[in-house]
Amino acid sequence: MSTVVDSTTAIDIQGLYKSFGQVRVLNGIDLKIAAGEVIAIIGKSGSGKSTLLRCINGLESFDSGQLFVQGQPLQYHNAKAMRTLRQQVGMIFQSFNLFPHLTVGQNIMLAPTLVQGISAQNAKTRALELLRRVGLAEKIDAFPEQLSGGQQQRVAIARALAMSPSVLLCDEITSALDPELVGEVLAVVESLARDGMTLLMVTHEMGFARKVSDRVIFMHQGRVHEQGAPETLFQYPRTPELVQFLSSLTS
Amino acid sequence: MRVALEFFPVLEEWPLLLTGIAWTLLLTAASTFFGLLLGTVCAYLRTQGPEWCRPFIVGYVELIRNTPFIVQLFFIFFALPAAGIRLSAEVASVLAMVINLGAYSADIVRAGIQATPRGQIEAALSLSLTHRQVFTRVVLPPALQRVWPALVSQIIIVMLGSAVCGQISTEELSYAANLIQSRNFRAFEAFIVATVLYLVLSVFVRHFFQWFGRRFVFGASRG
Amino acid sequence: MYLVRRVVEFSIWDILRNLLLAARWTIVLSLIAFVGGGLVGLGLLVVRTTQMRVLQRAVSIYVSLFQGTPLLMQLFLAYFGLALFGVETSAWTAAAIALTLYSSAFLCEIWHGCVQAIPKGQWEAAQSLALNFLEQLRFIVLPQAARIAVPPTVGFLVQVVKGTALASVIGFVELTKAGTMITNATFKPFVVFTCVGLLYFLICYPISAYARKLEGQLHVYSR
Repeated sequence: MSTVVDSTTAIDIQGLYKSFGQVRVLNGIDLKIAAGEVIAIIGKSGSGKSTLLRCINGLESFDSGQLFVQGQPLQYHNAKAMRTLRQQVGMIFQSFNLFPHLTVGQNIMLAPTLVQGISAQNAKTRALELLRRVGLAEKIDAFPEQLSGGQQQRVAIARALAMSPSVLLCDEITSALDPELVGEVLAVVESLARDGMTLLMVTHEMGFARKVSDRVIFMHQGRVHEQGAPETLFQYPRTPELVQFLSSLTS
Repeated sequence: MRVALEFFPVLEEWPLLLTGIAWTLLLTAASTFFGLLLGTVCAYLRTQGPEWCRPFIVGYVELIRNTPFIVQLFFIFFALPAAGIRLSAEVASVLAMVINLGAYSADIVRAGIQATPRGQIEAALSLSLTHRQVFTRVVLPPALQRVWPALVSQIIIVMLGSAVCGQISTEELSYAANLIQSRNFRAFEAFIVATVLYLVLSVFVRHFFQWFGRRFVFGASRG
Repeated sequence: MYLVRRVVEFSIWDILRNLLLAARWTIVLSLIAFVGGGLVGLGLLVVRTTQMRVLQRAVSIYVSLFQGTPLLMQLFLAYFGLALFGVETSAWTAAAIALTLYSSAFLCEIWHGCVQAIPKGQWEAAQSLALNFLEQLRFIVLPQAARIAVPPTVGFLVQVVKGTALASVIGFVELTKAGTMITNATFKPFVVFTCVGLLYFLICYPISAYARKLEGQLHVYSR
């Protein structure tokens, strides 16, 4: 990253543990993420990548440890605190999760009008602005089912951005897309990274992770197994697990 | 023997039939509105309400589903006054229909709610919506859309069931037919005419609610 | 003094005993309608499954006539219609005939859905083995359809039991009619109708629960 405008900590994770029954999915995660940093999380399925992401906006609870977003502790059982936190943390899902009964515009305007009390007029202006940014301004009155997967995912990004979050979580956002549609979504994410958004993305697109991220985190058995700048990590992996993981991708 | 059917004496009483149709439609409209409301609230409580209220909802639904409508109606009209609750025939009819439709629609709407993909709720939560907002804005509209055909069928069953309300002298369509046959002794013809009118009503009501659902319930802004 | 006491002191056991006696007829009428309706319904199903368009159409009109009109009207029509055609009617015959036809229409519709759920390939495979239409139906399609048809058929039995309550309106003395008669004799509507409702529940709930259990098993097996 050439210009780090703000060096304060966006997310601070200390000693995070979580189990599903007998299976320990998060096994002591310590992680500090600076504002404006772009992080790619890689690892095998079942290594705890998605769970970690979902813990950060409270879709999963954790068993022990602490998690701070913009200096505020995550209080899983305090509904009001969770809502405040989630306004800071946007999330984009693998399966888009657009609301099928609402138009593209309404999908984007829903949370700003309900949660932030913005007038419908202003919300619409903002929605149009965001749609222009993801290149879908003409689709504002379309329904999700009328869009391609790539377009739906770009709308989902616009929907998350409408809350003006300071952190964006991307959970394998291109995994459900046909290969030819991956590019248009990644282009949008790349432009967000350029604009200084704090990004945490779980991804299988190694080329993209390498190009866009400031830091790559390799997760293995619920821990941060290895991390570093993309060039170093991909070219000089230090642990045998990462070597094995990377070679399994190229074969 | 020769059977001579004479419909004229029945059709001559068209004002009575018209009043009957109006009452049947009125009963249906009122019970649909309040019944679906009750059913939706029960479905909400059953799926995401506090733990303690679930047995009550289940009990209510099972009790209504496993007893005849006519007994429910008679209980409200004849038995409740003994407990100090005296209702007019019309109010008792609507109340019985609301309670009946409420129970059936609670089950139908619950099925629709439970078919909601988990991701929909997660997306709404991560946009900071409250649990209630998630339910009313994200879960309920598609759930109603999914089960609307079943709800419309149930509304028609309740409308046809309202023929029994004539037994406590609510002046709906079957009551009109009874009144006409008592005047001119053309019982078979009177009930044929009433039955045909019910058939027409059920076709009409089905189309109306299909349109109504698309227009106002789930497709509010489509088009 | 003695006489007044006898009239007023109609104990809850007397009420229950009389209702139980009447409930026998509810059960008998239900079984007649269910079995008779099943037989007629099966015949209609076979007709509906043939490739003859006119007959198919006729059966589906028959079904929608019964599904689109109140059961109460069907009972009245049977009652007065039989009289009109010179058949000596009793509430018994009218109720048995109306409820049988009513059940046949609903069961035909339920089973038709089950037959349609059988993949076309099954028919074609049977055809290619040189089975004729009735053999295809009898040995290949119906056995498969029957498996999925059992739960909704059992569930429909509840509807038949509740339907028999309407026979009270044409004077057939079953549980509901006994309830109104005992109410008139005792002036204890609350107690009587509570008992009536409870008895219906005791008959219907186990059937509902059993149908639900069968339904659940079906889903487990089909995985």
